[in-house]
Amino acid sequence: MFTLTEEHDMLRDAARAFVQEKMPTAHLRAVRESKPDGFDRALWKEMSDLGWAGILIPEEHGGAALGYVGMGLVLEECGRTLAPSPLHSTALVGASALILGGTAAQKAEWLPKIAAGEAVVALAIDESAHHAPEKIKLDAKGRALTGEKKYVADGHVADLLIVAARDGGAVTLFLVPARADGVTITPLKTLDSRGAADIAFNGAKAEPLGGPELVDQVLDRARIGLAAEMLGQATQAFETTSEYLKTRTQFGQLIGSFQALQHRAAKMFVELELTRSCVLAALAALDENRNDVAEHASLAKARAGETLHLVSNEMVQMHGGIGMTDAADPGLYLKRARVAEALYGSASYHRDRYAALNNF
Amino acid sequence: MADGPGPQTSKELEEFRSETRAWLEANCPALMRTPMGEDDAVWGGRDWKPKHPEQKQWLDAMASKGWTVPTWPTEYGGGGLSPQENTILQDELRRIKARPALMSFGIWMFGPVLLEYGNEAQKKKYLPQIARGEIRWCQGYSEPGAGSDLAGLQTKCEDKGDHYLINGQKVWTSYANEADWIFCLVRTDTKVKHEGISFILFDMTSPGVETRPIKLISGASPFCETFFTDVKVPKENLVGKLNGGWEIAKRLLMYERTSISAGGFGGGAGALPIEEIAKHYVGVEDGKLEDRDLRARIAAHKMYDKAFALTVRRAQEMAKAGDNVSHMASMFKVAAATMNQEKTELIVEAMGNRALGWSGDGFTKGEILAPRAMLRAKGNSIEGGTTEVNLNVVAKRVLGLRDHQ
Repeated sequence: MFTLTEEHDMLRDAARAFVQEKMPTAHLRAVRESKPDGFDRALWKEMSDLGWAGILIPEEHGGAALGYVGMGLVLEECGRTLAPSPLHSTALVGASALILGGTAAQKAEWLPKIAAGEAVVALAIDESAHHAPEKIKLDAKGRALTGEKKYVADGHVADLLIVAARDGGAVTLFLVPARADGVTITPLKTLDSRGAADIAFNGAKAEPLGGPELVDQVLDRARIGLAAEMLGQATQAFETTSEYLKTRTQFGQLIGSFQALQHRAAKMFVELELTRSCVLAALAALDENRNDVAEHASLAKARAGETLHLVSNEMVQMHGGIGMTDAADPGLYLKRARVAEALYGSASYHRDRYAALNNF
Repeated sequence: MADGPGPQTSKELEEFRSETRAWLEANCPALMRTPMGEDDAVWGGRDWKPKHPEQKQWLDAMASKGWTVPTWPTEYGGGGLSPQENTILQDELRRIKARPALMSFGIWMFGPVLLEYGNEAQKKKYLPQIARGEIRWCQGYSEPGAGSDLAGLQTKCEDKGDHYLINGQKVWTSYANEADWIFCLVRTDTKVKHEGISFILFDMTSPGVETRPIKLISGASPFCETFFTDVKVPKENLVGKLNGGWEIAKRLLMYERTSISAGGFGGGAGALPIEEIAKHYVGVEDGKLEDRDLRARIAAHKMYDKAFALTVRRAQEMAKAGDNVSHMASMFKVAAATMNQEKTELIVEAMGNRALGWSGDGFTKGEILAPRAMLRAKGNSIEGGTTEVNLNVVAKRVLGLRDHQ
């Protein structure tokens, strides 16, 4: 379950090298200052040329078919430096939805564009302040969408929207080109500088995508993929903090020699190791097509949320005053952490879901 | 651990599985497939009197295959199984809900270090006795003045030419009053600390050995104070080098922490899942536990439990792939202690006043056990290295944080 293939090792090494060189945290700062899109289109093209946009996509549609474990490794590396790109929204969530639920025509139209980095896809789910897919109201009667979606990740830069809506009965997914009539996109400036959008639909024509079971399948993939990115964020936040403990001196001692900090660092390490197991197991569960994906997804997202919350707070605290400055990195990790913790369900949401899945 | 055969084909492993299944079917008595009661555990030893004949029958059957110690080499009474075969054996044992044939500090702690550090004569003498459950071992580590600071131990061991002479006191010696032999840390040089410790074995019936059980807050007395007054020990009972005991001691602690963690501190195969206990005592509304706050905390606990189990499995896979995972033992010990304390507290909370009984007929047997398990679990973060000591180990050896200069 946890053993990587040689192909996966190579993919991770390549991702690490690329991200560390071209997308260190300084890159996020540059995007924050000068790219209202929340990412750098030229770099996204380079990432796509490396094959990352098509990691999940079958070869016949221009992809590399390396599976969710492979996708998770790249997302983790991107998480380490907070590298902003539509990798999660498009290459993972968008591609998954089309691969699992798309007709032959829908796949042929969109998958090659996704693999080539030519189309950005956004999944529009939430309608209130909280993630609550079971309460979705957006109306899809007659395949025309009416209603509003909130905080759609990459909704402000999407070419294609995948929208969860209700046509009388169960919630299902629909495809709508972002520039279609009846779609009004309001960009949001967000805490993590990546941006998002509130989207209003007023009779926008939509194509159905898959059946009711697809909603959970796609959401669970979004959760697991985001958990992998969060694992990368938390791992780097911890390593950066750990290095600081080994260099900062107070009272004539390295601060890392104080037991109060040593024990907190050791506890963070334990939490990170446990969370890593949950994320890797969830990614493997997807590739192995197991029947307990939902449980794994809630476990991974909740654990990643809790761990990242802890580590991002400790990163600021252990850096002291420096951690409060905009010039230092802890603030960047803290801001992205809070966004990622909330997206696709908070730890609290997933604890509730885990209990329900276990019948209590 | 054993020099198992090389990589096995899935066909060979499937054959092993079907043979194992058939053998267990034929040899595991029906009674040994029922949930264990409080005092049903088999620890073996010279004075052991089986409660049921099936316990002896099951132990002897398993020992004849070497399956009380499946991965030890066959020449020392082991089963000589490869890790994959052992996984299959454990699967099949779980499948039929078999009770452990033998619980033993010899199996979990002493045997593994003797395989590594013992000489041939010692291995030939002691390991098969452990495998067959003939000799019950106890662990002479902690002393009144040497708990977390174990290397501060003072039990004196003097070289008297043809024998060693031991004087001193141990404490928290698990089941010393029921054990046949002890593996013991002793001071053989008083001028240095870690480099003056030796690892020695002796018979608990030797003249000058005395044990006194300690009553705990849970009401049980699993631990003893153990006194040594002019105990004579043959020279061949020293394991490893004179003054070389600390390395062995640490290695044994690693096995101890791993075995404590792997067992998840009891809980037992027959125990009900915590959410079922809570459903019974708290009640259910719309399919959900009525107390929503407790429900969320039980969910968080179960997720931690699952994360822990996945991490144990990941460590096993890493070890199989040749990665060094010894650093994980302290981490597992910390996590397992937290987890068991959390679990036993949640159970007491879920049971309300039904978990506040101590004895008598006003409560069921299970209700009486719940608070005792919670009280006993407080020791989980103390025994086998406190949580604080294990966090020190993680901070220093894993994260590379330094001591004060």
